[in-house]
Amino acid sequence: MNKQIYVLRDILGTNQKVAAEIKAACEERGILVLNLMSSPGAGKTTLLEKLADRLKGSHPMAVIEGDIETERDAERIRAKGVPAWQITTGGACHLEAKMIARVLPEVSPEIDFLFIENVGNLVCPASYDLGERLRIVLLSSPEGDDKPKKYPKAFLTAQVLIITKSDLLPYLPFDVERAKKEALELNPGLRVFVVSALTGEGLDELTAFLLASREALRAGYA
Amino acid sequence: MHELSVVASFVETVEGLVREHKAKSATAIWIKVGPLSGVVPELLESAFDMYRKGTVVENARLVVEKTPLKALCRACRAETERADYSPACPACGSTDLELTGGTDLILERVELETD
Repeated sequence: MNKQIYVLRDILGTNQKVAAEIKAACEERGILVLNLMSSPGAGKTTLLEKLADRLKGSHPMAVIEGDIETERDAERIRAKGVPAWQITTGGACHLEAKMIARVLPEVSPEIDFLFIENVGNLVCPASYDLGERLRIVLLSSPEGDDKPKKYPKAFLTAQVLIITKSDLLPYLPFDVERAKKEALELNPGLRVFVVSALTGEGLDELTAFLLASREALRAGYA
Repeated sequence: MHELSVVASFVETVEGLVREHKAKSATAIWIKVGPLSGVVPELLESAFDMYRKGTVVENARLVVEKTPLKALCRACRAETERADYSPACPACGSTDLELTGGTDLILERVELETD
């Protein structure tokens, strides 16, 4: 005998439930959680190193790193005096909320910023909420200005776009206005920053935005 | 390719249903997938074939229904459906759109074999 059961359940619902718990736990403590997404090599870790230089003295931060293998990125962040945890997925192309939840008890509740550096990939990470308040997508100038429409979900679900490696723009056919236009057509609410970790271009604006976002979060719970 | 983790997630739910209904196994599974779900139906089917052995879904039929992408135009208020994401409203050409459907990844129903 067979019987049919209507389930109507979101397949990633378990992930979303865990993500909501992470979000609530962090935001109650005034911790701004940021999920960084990009292709491999777009400059996520380098950007985090530069932000660590600017934030860590006045605004304690921590970093959760996601990679297929190695402890390399976490070591780079620790070298900046910032606590970092490496999650090696052993092949999985994205981080999931329960991986973050497992690390979270080790993260000090006294921090202001928790950065999550997702596995380098513009596809799979976009499907998994990690409890972040801000989803940041990075697009480096060598990748080409046509990426937003080729990988729409990453750009549709983000609140912030950072165009990185702007110091290379004079040598590349990357059109910043075209990339911005493509991204804003997908997602008109996107905040766009043009940054070079090497020369420091755009880092003041980005840091000011992150501090203001953290203030807004804290004010909401004050 | 994260389809395997998607399969693991819904098979876990189906295993729970099999236990709950004291069924022997699942014979069919219906899933709805939107174009912006981040899941490719063909890859989902391959991942399901890899994963099914030794589980309660080993002999189950997987039926994947593709749902359309829907967007509401904030300019002319038209809600339109299409197969893929395009940034302009087909009715008035405005790019001020709100996504109202297409990210679905839903376990719709399951057929169980019971005594």
